[in-house]
Amino acid sequence: MTKKLAKGRGDRQVKIDALGLPYRELNALLREAVAGGAESIELTNVYGQRYIGTDLMKPVRLDIHGTPGNDLGAFMEGPRITVHGNGQDGIANTMNEGEIIVHGHAGDILAMSARGGRVFVRDDVGYRAAIHMKEYGEKKPLVVVGGTAQDFLGEYMAGGVLVVLGLTLKEGERHRASYIGTGMHGGVIFLRGAVEKHQLGKEVGVAEPDEADRKLLRTLVGQYAEYFDRDAEEILKKDFIKLFPLYLRPYGRLYVY
Amino acid sequence: MKTFLPNKFIIERNHGRCIHCQVCVNQCSYEAHYLDPFSGEVKSRDRNCTNCHRCVAFCPTEALAIRCSPLDYVPNRNWTGEVIEDIIKQSESGAMVLTGMGNDKDHPIYWDKLLLNASQVTNPSIDPLREPMELRTTLGRKPDRLAYDKATGRLITKLAPQLTINTPIIFAAMSYGAISLTAHESLARAASIAGTLYNTGEGGLHKSLYKYGANTIVQVASGRFGVHPEYLDAAAAIEIKIGQGAKPGIGGHLPGEKVSAEVSVTRMIPMGTDALSPAPHHDIYSIEDLAQLIYALKEATNYTKPVIVKISAVHNAAAIASGMVRAGADMICLDGLRGSTGAAPKIIRDNVGIPIELALAAVDTRLRQEGIRNQTSIIASGGIRNSGDVIKAIALGADAVAIGTAALVALGCTVCQMCHTGKCPWGIATTNLALTKRINPDIGTQRLVNLLRGWSLEIEDMLGGMGINALESLRGNRLHLRGVGLTDTELEILGVKMAGA
Amino acid sequence: MKDLNRINNPHGDDKVNDACSIFGMMDTSGRRFGGGDIIKAMTLMHDRGNGLGAGFAVYGLYPNFPQHYAFHIMYLSREAQQEVESFLQDQFCIDLAEEVPTQPTPAIVDPPLIRRYFALAHPHRLEGRREDDYVVSQVMRINTQMDGAFVFSSGKDMGVFKGVGYPEDVAQFYRLETDYQGYLWTGHSRFPTNTPGWWGGAHPFSILDWTVIHNGEISSYGINRRYLEMYGYHCTMHTDTEVIAYAVDLLIRQHELPLEVVADILAPPLWSEIDRQGPEKKEFYTTLRQVYGSLLLNGPFTIVVAHRGEMIGLTDRIRLRPLTAATRGDMLYLSSEESAIRLVSPKLDRAWIPMGGEPIVGRLKASLPTKAAKAAVKESISH
Repeated sequence: MTKKLAKGRGDRQVKIDALGLPYRELNALLREAVAGGAESIELTNVYGQRYIGTDLMKPVRLDIHGTPGNDLGAFMEGPRITVHGNGQDGIANTMNEGEIIVHGHAGDILAMSARGGRVFVRDDVGYRAAIHMKEYGEKKPLVVVGGTAQDFLGEYMAGGVLVVLGLTLKEGERHRASYIGTGMHGGVIFLRGAVEKHQLGKEVGVAEPDEADRKLLRTLVGQYAEYFDRDAEEILKKDFIKLFPLYLRPYGRLYVY
Repeated sequence: MKTFLPNKFIIERNHGRCIHCQVCVNQCSYEAHYLDPFSGEVKSRDRNCTNCHRCVAFCPTEALAIRCSPLDYVPNRNWTGEVIEDIIKQSESGAMVLTGMGNDKDHPIYWDKLLLNASQVTNPSIDPLREPMELRTTLGRKPDRLAYDKATGRLITKLAPQLTINTPIIFAAMSYGAISLTAHESLARAASIAGTLYNTGEGGLHKSLYKYGANTIVQVASGRFGVHPEYLDAAAAIEIKIGQGAKPGIGGHLPGEKVSAEVSVTRMIPMGTDALSPAPHHDIYSIEDLAQLIYALKEATNYTKPVIVKISAVHNAAAIASGMVRAGADMICLDGLRGSTGAAPKIIRDNVGIPIELALAAVDTRLRQEGIRNQTSIIASGGIRNSGDVIKAIALGADAVAIGTAALVALGCTVCQMCHTGKCPWGIATTNLALTKRINPDIGTQRLVNLLRGWSLEIEDMLGGMGINALESLRGNRLHLRGVGLTDTELEILGVKMAGA
Repeated sequence: MKDLNRINNPHGDDKVNDACSIFGMMDTSGRRFGGGDIIKAMTLMHDRGNGLGAGFAVYGLYPNFPQHYAFHIMYLSREAQQEVESFLQDQFCIDLAEEVPTQPTPAIVDPPLIRRYFALAHPHRLEGRREDDYVVSQVMRINTQMDGAFVFSSGKDMGVFKGVGYPEDVAQFYRLETDYQGYLWTGHSRFPTNTPGWWGGAHPFSILDWTVIHNGEISSYGINRRYLEMYGYHCTMHTDTEVIAYAVDLLIRQHELPLEVVADILAPPLWSEIDRQGPEKKEFYTTLRQVYGSLLLNGPFTIVVAHRGEMIGLTDRIRLRPLTAATRGDMLYLSSEESAIRLVSPKLDRAWIPMGGEPIVGRLKASLPTKAAKAAVKESISH
């Protein structure tokens, strides 16, 4: 039941009904459309197809309706993906450039090892979000999570900016994640709302955001609010804490020769 | 009588470096160095040297080295130098050859024939630096099941007393008298800092160490030295010592010269008298008598402390262990062939008992076959040399291991095997106050804590590699072991597969 | 004294490594439904398996035999069939014996014979044992001592259908879409990595009416198994998942612990977390870990355990394998991937990713006490 592109080759706006398409066929269609000059592709009936957005290498816009499969935007370079629904595991895995906006929640290892690009998730994220996220030279990934996160948030984070807003928490509810920033040795995490000391990895320092941080937060929260139709000022009213790595090399006293 | 024994070691003094400062003279308790009053030079007596390295470590100009004597007998696999010299010693004395430390013979070391597993692909290894890794271990009798009250959501079952340790390594029983008070203090303090246990051995508990009671196992051995209600109450657990790996089946003998004033007070015997530990407990001639003593100790402490029974690993250890568990032992300590001692007849040390690996595997298997493994914890000891040995012991079925020699090495011991002389230049196996002060308990404590930290880090690393983050998931989990160079029978007893299979 | 060596390979490393997809769906109102949706959902996750094993468990499918033990048994030979059937005749009162209906399916090659028996235990055979214990020991006997025969399932009003193939093939083979209705279905697709699939090795694993499907590898298998062997369980199915089924049977049926406590045993809180609890909870969790430490499931796993009227989803305590839960009206869904749930129920009331080690439990509302009037889905699905 292979679906042809809804419109002919060369269209700037393309629609694809992904129902029943194996991921390989779907991704081949995407490559074909992008090669043909498509600038905006709308995918409907997406159910679990993996690797969407991988190997497109252009700033094409993808609108996904349904539930994309694992490794959405893995090794991605350029596209801007909007998911109108929930995402699964491995979103933005080792992403180099581009943007992913999820109108729902995301699964585990969001932005694992990402080296560039931006990710906005409206609601919660699973385990090990931003694990080993890096930065290098001009490349600096930015991840904004609107809800809360599960354990090992920012685990051995090495670069980039991770913001967690906690907007899904009810009145009086707190972030539950443990091992936040465990092994962290680069980058910065901004957490809206308080956490207990025991929830943090031993390599993490806590500070108040300074003026430069606040400026960055205004930008990122502003962007989040715009994407998901929220009130940025309202969000920014509540206190943020800044988590940063205490050491560049956290494991000094580990080996003997 | 002129001795026919040749010198064992040659002390090499670099005369260009030696500044005749006499540090070596002062450090050597065997008088292997001396100041020649005529020449004003420091010289050596090779004959006295035990190769303990004390002088080498302290020589400020690195002027000293010690070599084994190149003097060989005619090569002979049967009549080795050791055999010949033991005969010489006995023919000159008419006595049993005494020695210290553990069996140094070429018996198989099964640890070295067991190899560990690691995760690849199907199962992620766990990074111990960043993710939780749990070595916490609780020792003591466990019930076969828990009763739960569904109405209240509470457990009805109350557990027998348990000991919690942060790493599966405790310090083996070494008595005050066999080792110094400064060594004992170092062990006690290190155990309390590291969250583990040390063991008084059978020499009583010195008053100054009562404050470490929560980390102390007190021993009740056949000599019952220093055993009184306060001693029992001070401890976290009580150990009945039946046997010791270095000298299964025989008693002990602390010579009067080691019974100093402090030892005398602690052991509650007159100064200078020999402290004799009989071969058996004279209230235990059978298994039901063991039960009687176990319950006497439980009564004496109102059932607040687990009771350990320690035996040497011998041929029918599995059946004995089963009896011990049924007699009420909350823990059993198995001390293998290579276990150490402050003094034992060499012929016994080197020929009696079986390797800990086989005994441990057999005991764990037997207790499971009988469905009573839950009722006891197993502590394995006797030749645990590094964290690899520890983790293999756990995988074979031990709940924890006890280390003696390794702990003493951390304090300076070089395993020269001369503990029985009481002249230990490192201040460990001696009660001579001039020598014991060589251990600064602050530093000794730090060295032991460091050792436990290093081993624990290594255990976490290996555990994470196997995809396990709680030690209880490796305990008795022999699937993570493979054997190399072992016969089918050995593999069967160890309950492990051949590597490659 | 038990000779465990005789019962099992003493070296016993005969487990298979697995990666997989899992799916469970339950109508907590007790309404029975067909296999169409779960087959669709499993088919979507085709890529998570490799065609070497798939299976389904169905609860509520034999309303005509609610009190009978329904034995689903696979035979590799006629001799095995004869041996087991004469054994069953001897031990049980069999009210119906028949071949499990199947249809030729191109992808299913060389299937074994699969038969089912609706049986009651002879009261005089029990000799004081509980009926369930008696059944367990007879199942263990068939599985360990009768060559070429394996019991797929042995519970009341439930059955396991499994084999070598992709889930869609296995479902077609057993005619699951058309032939059966149940209020609770679980499904599994395997990716075994070190042995060719065999029919007995596919999930679900079952004893009595417990079934387990599992994604992951149990690094603690060796000790889980040795612990269970002390209680008379024999691991014969060449997979680590089997121990989960026996662990659940031991803890819930024999030790009478509730599911939530069992979850705390299989995936206990970390010590650091336990240490932060108040004295009562601290003692509770400490005691559980001390007594049942050998049943801690270590390594990555997601499991869905089911039995009469109950379905539980659980992941390991550091959540190394995925699980998404969702509800829609009276329905509870558990899946490796949310997309599979969305495919069969696009408009969910709620979809969420549970914390590692925290069980999601679905219970039949009807089996609750009469005050179950208030048992809206919220109460019947706790998390």
